[in-house]
Amino acid sequence: MSQSPLHQQTLSQLASGLHKKSFSSVELTSHFLDRIKQYDNQLNSYITVCDKTALAQAKAADERLAQGNAGPLTGIPIGQKDIFCTQGIKTSCGSKMLDNFIAPYSATLIEKCDTAGMVMLGKLNMDEFAMGSSTENSFYGPSKNPWDENTVPGGSSGGSAAAVAGGLCPIATGTDTGGSIRQPASFCGITGLKPTYGRISRYGMIAFASSFDQAGPMTRTAEDAALFLNAVAGFDPKDSTSCEEPVPDYTQTLNDSIEGLTLGLPKEYFTDDLDSSIATTLNDAIEALKKLGAKVKEVSLPHTDYAVPTYYILALAECSSNLSRYDGVRFGYRCENPKNLTDLYERSRGEGFADEVKRRIMLGTYTLSAGYYDAYYLKAQKVRRLIAQDFHKAFADVDMLVCPTSPTTAFGLGEKTSDPISMYLSDIYTIAVNLAGLPGMSIPAGFVNEKPIGLQLIGQHFQESKLLNVGHQFQTVTDWHSNMPANYR
Amino acid sequence: MSIKLEDVVKIAHLARLSLPESTLEQYAGQLSNILAMVEKVNELDTEQVEPLANPLDNIQRLRKDEVTETDQHNAFMQNAPASEAGVFLVPKVIETIE
Repeated sequence: MSQSPLHQQTLSQLASGLHKKSFSSVELTSHFLDRIKQYDNQLNSYITVCDKTALAQAKAADERLAQGNAGPLTGIPIGQKDIFCTQGIKTSCGSKMLDNFIAPYSATLIEKCDTAGMVMLGKLNMDEFAMGSSTENSFYGPSKNPWDENTVPGGSSGGSAAAVAGGLCPIATGTDTGGSIRQPASFCGITGLKPTYGRISRYGMIAFASSFDQAGPMTRTAEDAALFLNAVAGFDPKDSTSCEEPVPDYTQTLNDSIEGLTLGLPKEYFTDDLDSSIATTLNDAIEALKKLGAKVKEVSLPHTDYAVPTYYILALAECSSNLSRYDGVRFGYRCENPKNLTDLYERSRGEGFADEVKRRIMLGTYTLSAGYYDAYYLKAQKVRRLIAQDFHKAFADVDMLVCPTSPTTAFGLGEKTSDPISMYLSDIYTIAVNLAGLPGMSIPAGFVNEKPIGLQLIGQHFQESKLLNVGHQFQTVTDWHSNMPANYR
Repeated sequence: MSIKLEDVVKIAHLARLSLPESTLEQYAGQLSNILAMVEKVNELDTEQVEPLANPLDNIQRLRKDEVTETDQHNAFMQNAPASEAGVFLVPKVIETIE
């Protein structure tokens, strides 16, 4: 049997090749660096390519492999979303504000990847400060969707999704505050897992909305996501919101039977808002899960319509507070010739941030300002509890929820940029999961008009292994996840 | 809740953001639309509901007050837009009285 090209292989296939010495990590890394050179002028998925450090890391990985002290991810290349601080390497967060920022330390997630012996190919494009659903808000220009370069890859982790889908890295990281891993995974036909809030350390991950932000893997398969989660999940004393819950071996339960598992279909997620051809495709995917022995039951999440408003009050308030640190004094962009300190603050921030970030900071500033706090922020925190309770009630009857990831397939570049609210609504099916801090995963479920569409699985707190199990079982009986866009095979 | 031009100016100053005059109108419209969208939360009676600050209802963990970091002063100064003798430079804050 002939081996498929390296960029079409899963992490476990690549790891097996590395351990059998079929190829070296230097060869594997060079393969991806060559592909980045060849294809990334079309996709614009990388902000920074780290050729030199990557080859040095690959060489070190090859030594570990030769000495026999390599782990399952040693020598595997990875693309990191440019939101994770990487010591000595530019960490821009997609913003002019941090275009000149060389991180003085590495995020815990980056350190864990280094310890595992992974090879960082570069830093991936994203919406500025992770605020957006299309990657069009990047200071470095939009990334393109490899399935159709006239469409967006989704966002905010759009560079990550485009790079994995286009075979410019075998795995990437993303972060998800309101859908920023799952929605681009759906648009680009890959697997994206947002773990439970607090499962992966946020230390060194540039903050947008601290009670929502969570990092996770963007991969071809659920099995790949499980391998990666094994390496990066767990308690971190440097992140005061990280969880002490023990970390299971996520690969051990991938092959469990899903016979008898009860899947809940939230009726509020299958309304007329959902494109009918997407509904048909997702129904076929649900049928495939039924054939594997899962049972299906309708459930209700009555406060669904309040999720987007609640999220935009809370996340924007947290954003305005988090982004107050960019003051033009200690790091980041500073305006030319400030007249006085106020002018320095106002122009550095006014010139360093682009429109969407400014809009969000202003709205958050407004809702937190004197006299409005109770009416907006406190009210929204109460509604947040009602939304979380909807999920907990549903989980009394079912093991997991199954629903669309996104109401549409990838939309056109420029299609939603002039209307912020229509952009916000592209996250209607993902946002409630972040309000409740639940794990959610998007898996490729088919194509509508030759564009990929994802199925979203939502689990109870810390039940990532169940999501990965169902995702993996689905991927043993379907092959949507192994499709690659024609121009990038 | 409709946001007027003068509100935008006030909010922008609170947020320390300089905005070109020509963009104020657009921001006023967009911020008003977003506020109208989020007003929906007021439809719900939340009298008996406790606010949820952490999605896992966890309490903020505090660490022991111990020194854990080594001195990285020089490393952190590398990103400073303007510095001298190990301190950050900013425009003069104390005006001289003439």
